[in-house]
Amino acid sequence: MIKLFKVKEKQRELAESANGKPPGKKQSAGELRLHKDISELNLPKTCSISFPNGKDDLMNFEVTIRPDEGYYLSGTFVFSFQISPIYPHEAPKVKCKTKVYHPNIDLEGNVCLNILREDWKPVLNINTIIYGLYHLFTEPNHEDPLNHDAAAVLRDNPKMFESNVRRAMAGGYVGQTFFPRCI
Amino acid sequence: MAVSQPSRSRDLDKLLLRPGHLVGPNFEPGPELRDDIKEYVKVLVVGAGGLGCELLKDLALTGFKYLDVIDMDRIEVTNLNRQFLFRLEDVGKPKAEVAAKRVMERVNGVNITPHFCRIEDKPLDFYSDFSIIVLGLDSVEARSYINAVACGFLEYDSEDNPREETVKPMVDGGTEGFKGHARIIVPGTTPCFECTIWLFPPQVKFPLCTLAETPRTAAHCIEYAHLIKWNEVHGSRSFDPDNPEDMQWVYSEAVKRAELFGIPGVTYSFTQGVVKNIIPAIASTNAIISAACALETLKIVSGCSKTLSNYLTYNGVEGLHTKVTEFVRDKDCLVCGPGVLIELDKSVTLKKFIDQLEDHPRLLLSRVSVTHRGKNLYMQAPPVLEEMTRSNLDLPLFELMGGVAKDVIHVNGMAGKGDKKQSCLRKLRVVFRGVDGIADIDMAGGA
Ligand SMILES: [Zn+2]
Repeated sequence: MIKLFKVKEKQRELAESANGKPPGKKQSAGELRLHKDISELNLPKTCSISFPNGKDDLMNFEVTIRPDEGYYLSGTFVFSFQISPIYPHEAPKVKCKTKVYHPNIDLEGNVCLNILREDWKPVLNINTIIYGLYHLFTEPNHEDPLNHDAAAVLRDNPKMFESNVRRAMAGGYVGQTFFPRCI
Repeated sequence: MAVSQPSRSRDLDKLLLRPGHLVGPNFEPGPELRDDIKEYVKVLVVGAGGLGCELLKDLALTGFKYLDVIDMDRIEVTNLNRQFLFRLEDVGKPKAEVAAKRVMERVNGVNITPHFCRIEDKPLDFYSDFSIIVLGLDSVEARSYINAVACGFLEYDSEDNPREETVKPMVDGGTEGFKGHARIIVPGTTPCFECTIWLFPPQVKFPLCTLAETPRTAAHCIEYAHLIKWNEVHGSRSFDPDNPEDMQWVYSEAVKRAELFGIPGVTYSFTQGVVKNIIPAIASTNAIISAACALETLKIVSGCSKTLSNYLTYNGVEGLHTKVTEFVRDKDCLVCGPGVLIELDKSVTLKKFIDQLEDHPRLLLSRVSVTHRGKNLYMQAPPVLEEMTRSNLDLPLFELMGGVAKDVIHVNGMAGKGDKKQSCLRKLRVVFRGVDGIADIDMAGGA
């Protein structure tokens, strides 16, 4: 390729020709795949999505879940999504922004959902994750605990778990922990 | 009595001055070739770590005169065992600057320009200046970025053949302990990084609940301190892996955790390894991979021998095994592929354009969403975005794309007819009729 480089270098020396390409940012393959995921979203009516930075930043968004059944009926839970430029090679980073009394979500908003970590595969998509999050509210499980206390109560005393969830969602203390109202 | 100095390029001369049968297609041996390589070839080395140090030294000794090196890191004590250009007194200084200086001190006549910054900080013009880009990186993200930049310069002619003068070759090296790879990427001819991204296995991530409840290994304890305990104690202040105090904190929390569960093996350096996802580096693996990369760089530039085709793996774990695999390009690759050429009048609205894609024989796309250089022109879903982009439908696409004669645009939707539809994402090269400065050529870039 040396001849080519030689010609190009001479051209460059002669004139720094104006580049005819339009300005604009480079879209990574990850952003393109995300664009596809988002434009094909098919959410249940209990879930909605919003883009705090406007229509051109899809890499950061929020998903709001309002369960229509189960322990968490009528609560409102907001999750933030952060997408990597090498998505879907890497799973989205998801955090729960609403403080919630839940066996699989800790008080810092970390979420224990297998497809967000150990079981993430590039064939999965944003829709799958949102459905997965929704399921955490209809079927919280005590076997993958992040909030140890909540998991133990769910396992040993579902009635008490239910009243704890109600108290937390209405805005109140469960044990030493205060939960802001989210109904 | 005058003793003639043996030429410094004696060994190189054997390759560059004499003809041979295993040479590349346009090989023209002779002193001019040797001089032209010095005069006209600019090589960019990305990364000045373990592999980058080797690459700079090897390329300088191979006779390249103009080298640039870019790296955002500063030298750490733990680098010194293998990043042989650095000394104890260099700790804290930018790797790129020290590496450039040291190689220039030792290799006469070489010019190395260091760039102490992130690769994303440089404008695209910076990268277009180089004849060839050599990568000594350890992250998928950084490779993916440089690959997109280099493939972005590629243009195709109307027959979908790459235009030679727009090809920016890359040579990519990588090592992990006793294993490594060297590959060449000639955009439009050999697979690009994105065509074969599946070669890089995703990072292992432990389930959070395992970390929180049932840790079994030292790594579990470290990740607990790093991912869960850190947030609990520091709230919104995020962990900085390059801050030794933060690392020390995670280490001491991990030790407490490990003692609680009776798990051995948490050390400071293992903590660094787990948190930064570092695999122990072996100096000789770097040397072997770098040598292969430097040689391929020389071969691509000079044509003095056929190049690797196109992916070499080296495995020194048990015995020694090397293998060359010829991977194939993904013709529909969004980054290096030609995309589908579409000619349009300037007056065509976005709506009309979308309708045309449904009847286009190579596309048959329905329910189309459109994105152009980071701007979402139209989104079918979710409703909030559909509403925000709907007003674009009646505007001319030419205007929405910034009034340029030609550019790449990406669309996705359902491809095919009847019940055999499947969701797909396509790259299109849109050319507007009757705009000045259009030849029958077009670009592949912009991905
Ligand atoms: Zn490709």
